[in-house]
Amino acid sequence: MRSSRLSPRLPLAVALIVSLASCGVGGAKSAGGAETPSGDPILIGHFGSMTGSEATFGQSTDNGIRLAIKEFNATGGLKGKKVELKTYDDQGKSQEAGTAVTRLITSDKVVAVLGEVASSLSLAGGRVAQQYGVPMISPSSTNPTVTQIGDMVFRVCFLDPFQGWVAAKFARENLKAEKAAVLYDQAQAYSKGLMDAFDKAFKEMGGTITTVQAYTGGDQDFSAQLTTIRQTNPDVIFVPGYYTDAGNVSIQVRKLGLTAPLLGGDGWDSAKLAEIGGSSIEGSYYTNHYSHQNPAPEVQNFVTKYKTDYGQTPDGLAALGYDAARLLFDAMGRAPALDGKSLAAAIAATKDFAGVTGKITIDAQRNAKKAAVVLEMKNGAPAYVTTIEPPQ
Amino acid sequence: MDGVAVGSLYALIALGYTMVYGTLQFINFAHSDIFVLGAWVSYTIAVGLGYALAGTQPPLYAGVLILVAAMATCGAVGFTVERLAYRPLRKAPRLNVLITAIGVSLFLQNVGQLKWFFGTQPQRMPSLIEDTILARFAGVQVHLVDLAAAGIALALMLVLDWLIFRTRLGRAMRAVSHDTSVAALMGINVDAVISFTFVLGSSLAAAAGFLYAMKYPGLNQPAHATWVLLGLKAFVAAVIGGIGNIRGAMLGGILIGFIEMFGAAYLSPHLRDIYVFSILILVLLVRPSGVLGQAVAEKV
Repeated sequence: MRSSRLSPRLPLAVALIVSLASCGVGGAKSAGGAETPSGDPILIGHFGSMTGSEATFGQSTDNGIRLAIKEFNATGGLKGKKVELKTYDDQGKSQEAGTAVTRLITSDKVVAVLGEVASSLSLAGGRVAQQYGVPMISPSSTNPTVTQIGDMVFRVCFLDPFQGWVAAKFARENLKAEKAAVLYDQAQAYSKGLMDAFDKAFKEMGGTITTVQAYTGGDQDFSAQLTTIRQTNPDVIFVPGYYTDAGNVSIQVRKLGLTAPLLGGDGWDSAKLAEIGGSSIEGSYYTNHYSHQNPAPEVQNFVTKYKTDYGQTPDGLAALGYDAARLLFDAMGRAPALDGKSLAAAIAATKDFAGVTGKITIDAQRNAKKAAVVLEMKNGAPAYVTTIEPPQ
Repeated sequence: MDGVAVGSLYALIALGYTMVYGTLQFINFAHSDIFVLGAWVSYTIAVGLGYALAGTQPPLYAGVLILVAAMATCGAVGFTVERLAYRPLRKAPRLNVLITAIGVSLFLQNVGQLKWFFGTQPQRMPSLIEDTILARFAGVQVHLVDLAAAGIALALMLVLDWLIFRTRLGRAMRAVSHDTSVAALMGINVDAVISFTFVLGSSLAAAAGFLYAMKYPGLNQPAHATWVLLGLKAFVAAVIGGIGNIRGAMLGGILIGFIEMFGAAYLSPHLRDIYVFSILILVLLVRPSGVLGQAVAEKV
C-alpha cells in the first residue's frame, strides 16, 4: 500500500522538473529577442479567432494583413527594414485574447497590435495593450466602448450606433417595414449594442418594434423565441449576431413558416453564412463595410490581388484587415520613433487615408467615420444593394 | 413536439451514461463527446457520399445507411476507449477512472478539431429527410424530422429494452451490474460484457448525434461549448431517472426535454438551462436515488 502511494509522485516530480526546464529555455529565448539589433525586421502582432465558430473572421483579417505586409515589404518596407507579422489564435474567447496580447507585447516585443473582430475580444485585448502602452488598431470591432479604453486603442471601421441606424433606415425606407422583431445574442457586447441602436433608430423613424428576443451564442434551438416572433407578425426580423448563429436562425425561421426577410450586421460577413443557411438565408440583408462589387479601381485592384494570393473573394473583414495594416504602416512612416507614444500620436493624426473600405480619418475618439453598404444574399453570395452615408 | 424529439435524444444519450454507471459505477465523462462525434461522423459520411447541400433529395436508404455507419464507427471508438483507457484501471480507485474519463473527453474534443478530422469550422449537415409539415393543430406544427427523430429513438430504446431484459446477454449485463465478482464466478466473461456495454452505449449516442444533426443541421465547431452542454443535460436526465436504471434514463430524458422546451416557450427562453439544472437539484433533494432508482446502501 505504501509503495503504491509513493510511486505516483515520482513521475509528477519528473514532469515538474521538465516543465521548469522548458520554461527556462523559453524565457531565455524571449530575453534574447528583446535586444533588437538594427536590420532585424519590425514585428507587429495580430490576435484573432483563427479557430472556433467565428474562425473565418480571424482568418480573413489575417489574410488581409499579410497581403498588406507583402506589398509594403516589396516597396522597401520601413526605411529599409522589413515588417513581420506574428499571429496568435484567441479561439474566440476573451481570456485567450488577453493572454495573446500579453504574449505579443511582453514576449515578442511587437511595436503595435492589430485585432480583433469581435468587440468583446477587442475589449479584452485592448485593456492589455493600453496597460503596456502599445498602440492597438482594431480592424472591425464596431462597439463604441472599444476605443473608450484609452489613448492607445484605435479602429478603422464605423460604429454600431451608426450601423444600427443604417439597418433601421434601410428597413424603413428600402424595405418599407412598419414592424420589426429583434433576436439578439445576449452574450456579445457587439450584438447588444447593435440591437440598442437599431431599436432606437427604428422607433425614431416611426416604426414599431414588436418584440425583442435573446439567445446565447452557440444555441442550436431558437424555436421558443421564433414562435413568439411569429405571433407578432413582423415585416422584418433583425438578427444582429454572428454568421454561424445567423445561419442556424435562418434555417429555423423558414422551418416555422416565417417569410419576413432577416436583417443583420457586419457579423454576418462570411462565406460560411450561405453554406450553413443554404436556401433559408436567400433574400436576407446585412450591413457591411465594403462590397467587393464596388467598381472603384483601388477596390478592384485589392480584390484581384487577394484572389491571386488566396483563391477566394475577400470579405469585408479581409478588406478591413488590409486597411488597418496599411494605415499602421502609413503612421509608422510619419512617426519620429516607433515607441508607443509617438506611434499612437501618428495614428491619431491620420487624415483622409484612402482605404479600400473608404476614406479613413481618425477622430478625437480614435474612431473612423465612414459610409456603410447594404448587401443582399443572392444565389449563395452577397450582392451589393445600396450605400448609406453617415448623417451630416 | 420539439420536447418529444429533443427529449428522446436526451434519453438515448442518458442510456449510455446509465449503462456504464450500472456496470462500472463511474461516470463516463467522454460519453457526450461520443455523441458529438456521432453527429460529425454522420456529416462526414453524408458529404463523402456526395449529398451536398444543394443536391437532390437523397433516397431514404441513405439516411439509414449513414445512421448505421455512424453507430458502427462510434461503437468501435467506444470499444477502443474502454479497452485502452478504462480496462487497465479496472482495479484502480474510482477517482482515477473518473479523471481518466475527463482526459479522454478532452482528447476526443481536441483531436476532433484537427485539420485531418473535422477541422475548426462549423458545417452544414445535408438534409437527408425532406422537412415537411405533416400536421398542424392549435398552432403546433408536426415536422417529419421531429417525428422521425422521436420514432427512431423510441425504436432503438425498445430494442435495447428487449436486449437487456429478454436475452442471455442482457441477463449477463444485469448480473455484472449487480455484482461483478459473483458474475465472474458464475462463468460470465465480465470484460466482454463491459466492452459490449460500451459499444452499445456509444452507438446509441451516435444515433442521437445523427438525429440531432438532422434536426439542427448547423453543426457548431469547436463543439465543446454548446454540444457538451447537451451531453451534460443527458447526464442530468440519467440522474433524475435514477442512475443505473435503464428505464429511468428513458423517462428522465423525455422529462428533461419537456421541461426545457415548455420552460423556454412559456416562461423565458433565456433561462432554459436553469430549468433543467434546478430540476436536478430538486430531485437530488427529494429523491436522491432518482425517480425510478432504488436506494442502495453504499458499499465501502
